[in-house]
Order: sequence, then structure tokens, then C-alpha cells
Amino acid sequence: MKWLMLITLLWSGQAWAGEARPLADDPAVEARLKHLAVELRCLVCQNQTLADSNAPLAEDLRREVREMIAKDMSDKEIIDFLVARYGDFVLYRPPLKATTTLLWLGPFVLLMVGATALVITLRRRAHKVVDVPVTDEEHRRVEQLLAEGGKRS
Amino acid sequence: MNRFLLPLSIFIVVVVFLGVGLKLNPREIPSPLVGKAAPDFSQPQLYDPATVFSPADLKGKVWLLNFWASWCSGCRTEHPVLMELAKSGEVPIFGMDYKDQRDEAMAWLKRWGNPYPVVGVDDAGRVGINYGVYGVPETYVIDKQGVIRYKQIGPLDPDTVAKKILPLVKQLESQ
Repeated sequence: MKWLMLITLLWSGQAWAGEARPLADDPAVEARLKHLAVELRCLVCQNQTLADSNAPLAEDLRREVREMIAKDMSDKEIIDFLVARYGDFVLYRPPLKATTTLLWLGPFVLLMVGATALVITLRRRAHKVVDVPVTDEEHRRVEQLLAEGGKRS
Repeated sequence: MNRFLLPLSIFIVVVVFLGVGLKLNPREIPSPLVGKAAPDFSQPQLYDPATVFSPADLKGKVWLLNFWASWCSGCRTEHPVLMELAKSGEVPIFGMDYKDQRDEAMAWLKRWGNPYPVVGVDDAGRVGINYGVYGVPETYVIDKQGVIRYKQIGPLDPDTVAKKILPLVKQLESQ
């Protein structure tokens, strides 16, 4: 039984080692690919970057990007190539356009609304809070009540 | 009454936004290629690897380009719809066998029927990338000038064919 466990453990270790795929040979190309791929979305598993994804399409796209890098195309040319085919959706940072203004400005608008609401509420409350003078007689009564409470417990 | 009016209206706005969000399908990414010229390719044919299949051969025709694969389960779902459409003779459907094994693809078509006059082979998925394919099946409607007019993401169903594809094909034919 122990042997079986040991074998299973070793086996799983090997499987893990297999997952880290060796990338192409040229380290300069790989560095640029890495730099680009974190900005690009994998279209199959939509919340992963092209760098993280193991989907076959992501592999194909990495191959395509690698080839474009080898052809010495600029980052902009490569990104334009992908946007022309897959739309702005491939970009993790959507460009500021008429259709995306709400996306970009929405959080700031909400922040402004929240801040204004906060200021208004605070001002209103300041009007309501009035200093109430406490007389010596009342102080004594409070102390007496507190002392009685202490005895009871 | 006035106290509840503001929270209630905010609540309704949020509900409307979330409701619309529920109806959206994140898989349906609008293609930037609709309205643009269909990317050119020349791929070997499945049944005749020595002959090339190219969109240039189809200039002057309205046609469908259907990306499929024998390993794709959505293609199996879609297949009867394509067979029906091919039988009706309304519009030719050309196939693109996407990242597949030739023998498996041919066995698949033999088993389930072949709706395509010609099937191209895209074993490396490069044509797919040029067409912005990110999951088969995907179907493109291409007009007489070779411009993409519509892109269907995922399996075609009888409803989509009757309400979108066929009216569009008729309209493009008359142009």
C-alpha cells in the first residue's frame, strides 16, 4: 500500500513537470511574447490572458505572435493584427472610445455622486446636532444612577 | 413616502442593469470582420488535397463558410440543420475543417452526411485566426463581392436559419 502511494506521488510529480511547456528557443522573442501576451485576452477562457491560457487557440495565437515578432513587426502592428480579427475584446485594457466612455468614466462618476451625497448628509447632520448644556444637578444624578447600576450587578 | 423614493429608484435602476446583463452572452463577441472583405486563403481540399479551395473561386455567389471539426460537439448538434439547409438548395455551404485529422473528418462526414460541395482543410488553424474564429462551429455569410455580411458564433439552429440567414441570403442574392 505504501509503495502504491509512493508511486502515485512520484507519478503526479511527473505530471506536474509536464505542464510547464518549454517555449520556443529565442529568449528575446519569448521576452517580447510574454510582455505582449499579458495584455491580450484568451478568447476561449475569457478571464485568462494569452500568456496564462493552455487552450489550443491561445497556443495558436502565441505561435502567430511569435512569428510576427520574428518578422520584426512592432507591438502596435501585432496588436492591430489581432484587433482586426477579434475586436477590442482581445485587449485587456479597452481603448477609450465613444462606446467605452461609460466603462472608463463610470467609476469616477459614481465616486463623485457618492462624495456629494456624503457631503450633503454630513452638512445636514451638523445642523441637527445641537450642544445641550448639562447642569451640575444633572451630573450628580448621572453619577448616582451609574453608582446604583454598579451595585446591582 | 419621499424617504423610500430614492432607494427604490436606485434599486430599480440596478435591477434593470443586472437584468440586461443576465441576457447578454459573453461568448458572443461582435466580430470586427462583418462588413469587411472575407480574408483570402488557399487551402487543400479534404477530398482532393491536390486541388486548392479559395474564396476567389466563389466571387459572384452568395455562400456560407462553415468552420467545423470532427472533434467538436457543437458541430454534431448543428449538423442536421446544415444538412437540411443544403438539401433546400437555398445557399451553398462550404466547409472548413478546422484543426482536425483528415481521416477522422472524412469518417465523420461519411457517418453523418456531407452538406458541403467542397471542404477546405485548415489543419494549423491559420485560416481560423484570419477569420477571427475562437471556437467551432462558426459560420460566415459572404456576399457576391466577397464581403462578410454575418457571423454566427456557435451552432446554427433552425430558427436562426429561417429568421436571419435565409432573409439575408435572399437580400444579398437580389443585389
